[in-house]
Amino acid sequence: MTTSENELSSGNSAKGFFSKLVSNQLFIPLAALLLLVIFNLIADPTFFKISLEPSSTGYFILSGNLISIIDNASELAILAIGMTLVTSASGGQDISVGSAIAIAGSVVLRVVKGYSDGISGGEFAGIMIGAFLLCVAVSALFGAFNGALVAYFKIQPMVATLILFTAGRSIAAWINNNENISINDMRFGYFGNFLPAIPIPTPVFISALCMIIIAVVLKVTNLRLYSQAVGINASSSRLNGINPKTIKLLTFIILGVCVAVCGFIKVSRTSSITYAVIANNIEMDAILAVALGGNNLGGGKFNMTASILGAYVIQFLTTTLYKFKVSSSAISAYKAVVVILLIIMSAPIVRKWITDQKNKRAAARLRKEAA
Amino acid sequence: MKKLVKLLVSSLLVAAMAIGVCACAGSGKGGNGGGNKLIKVGIINNDPNESGYRTANDKDMKATFTEANGYEASFYYSLKNEEQIAAAQKFIQDDVDYLLISAAGTSGWDGVLEQAKKAGIKVILFDRTIDASEDLYEASIVSDMAKEGEQAVSWLASQNLPEYKIVHIQGVMGSSAQIGRSGALDTKVAAESNWSIVTQQTAEWSEETAQQIVQAVIDSGESFNVIYAENDNMAKGAVAALDKANISHGVGKDVIIIGFDCNSWALQELVDGNWNYDGQCNPFQASYIDDIIKNGAKQKVVIMEEKGFDATTITADDVTKYGI
Repeated sequence: MTTSENELSSGNSAKGFFSKLVSNQLFIPLAALLLLVIFNLIADPTFFKISLEPSSTGYFILSGNLISIIDNASELAILAIGMTLVTSASGGQDISVGSAIAIAGSVVLRVVKGYSDGISGGEFAGIMIGAFLLCVAVSALFGAFNGALVAYFKIQPMVATLILFTAGRSIAAWINNNENISINDMRFGYFGNFLPAIPIPTPVFISALCMIIIAVVLKVTNLRLYSQAVGINASSSRLNGINPKTIKLLTFIILGVCVAVCGFIKVSRTSSITYAVIANNIEMDAILAVALGGNNLGGGKFNMTASILGAYVIQFLTTTLYKFKVSSSAISAYKAVVVILLIIMSAPIVRKWITDQKNKRAAARLRKEAA
Repeated sequence: MKKLVKLLVSSLLVAAMAIGVCACAGSGKGGNGGGNKLIKVGIINNDPNESGYRTANDKDMKATFTEANGYEASFYYSLKNEEQIAAAQKFIQDDVDYLLISAAGTSGWDGVLEQAKKAGIKVILFDRTIDASEDLYEASIVSDMAKEGEQAVSWLASQNLPEYKIVHIQGVMGSSAQIGRSGALDTKVAAESNWSIVTQQTAEWSEETAQQIVQAVIDSGESFNVIYAENDNMAKGAVAALDKANISHGVGKDVIIIGFDCNSWALQELVDGNWNYDGQCNPFQASYIDDIIKNGAKQKVVIMEEKGFDATTITADDVTKYGI
């Protein structure tokens, strides 16, 4: 870079705004979201219709594609939180989250199935809290198992989590003796569908709560600094008094808690579980959300908001494809094409290239004016 | 350290060989005539956790091939074709009398089946067919998925609706169940002018995905009166979306619900009138196999009898008898 270009990228405010915009990590997920919105507006504006209608429970609920999107993206958004932290600290991804969700869901059902339908609200709340806490404990334990393999045994995260990826669904089935469980109590479905008299799906509130919690944690603790430091250079962070092993373990445990919340929502949605297909391939979507957010999958610096936005982009895309009735055999291919475009655009190297091109052109124009 | 490992490995090898020798000496081939001699069967199946169908299938196998019934059964489970083939080779070395296979994939079995034939081991395929010459196996006991679909479609036609607007939720694309069950519906829709597909989408056997697909149809405001889901779980997910949107379903209601596989809970939905039809995919092959081993095979391909249940005629007995 010449000096004039350097001056440009920092000095000129209009050009500075553009390069800032493009180099901002939020740019790509936001642009993708905007693109999907524009596409749907042109193709069929009724896509955005939201209506308030009574459901089978008699209460009024909001429905429409947009509501479906923010509802169905909840689990993915929650997972993206944990996956971002794991990616940042360990420089790798956890591919066992789908299987771990099966385990978490199975634990919840194991606890709840033993109780009859007729119990009072207070008792039921107690059981649900108990089931949730146990599921958090179990998932955190599996998270710690993955984390220990990565942090203490220095196994590549993808290989370490391959173990649970393979075994998880069998463990989930074993927890409930491979039975088909269906919970008939209506109240069990509150957490994956609607609370009485509240028109917004419950998962939306749960995911919002998770986002607030992680925002507060990142604000008041050093978690962001520490995990980024460990991800960028583990040995130098150790020399500075951070224990990389503890941080890596911690991020995997946090992901475990995220998994527990997802498992809980998933089984509540249908009041049942199918061990082999629950949250199928969700690990790939979670990793994709992190990548779409423009985060470096090799660890280090991260942008949590971008990852979460990435999760909503993926769900927006899925719902759009359903809406336009893309044929079953082609749906994965369509998704892949869009994803490839987005990933390439969000790669740091491409973003830098775009900014550089802009700067060069501006510099050339300046030189011409000067001459 | 190295010495210890060598010692361990060699002693293991010796032990393995000893067992092999014992096995060879122990079992005379074709010993099914002998009164107290157990028939050795090696059973290669898919992972029982795969689905309710597989669980029921595995339970049925375990209940039939017992010592009390004159069998000594070893089981191997995998969803991977290569692992299954390796297991088959191991069973051949173990000198079993019969090899029962539910193959994960259709190809690559010729070599190992020829080995089995040379060793005088009889092979019976169940549930899945393979691409191999017919004389490499005794018999194959299968479900006719296309027939299952045809039964369901002809039941649907017998409802005499003035117009059929169908939401079609498919299984994993390319699976035999998907091909058979989709094929029957596609043919009918192409042939009849008052049958139309509102949406046709794969939910890959997952109820959450099925729920999302039906949700998308409801959100777009299109009307439909039939949900044709290629298994019970997906039908359940579809129904959850209908419930959310307050659309009535079941006997005499707005939307007809069709599922497959006959899970107990699904048959219960039929009894309660929430669903309309459930097609069976019979997982109980063990009695057919038992019959072939004891009385010989009468034909190469045995197609199992499969039922379809109508919500208006199903009984509580059917739920316990046919539910899986």
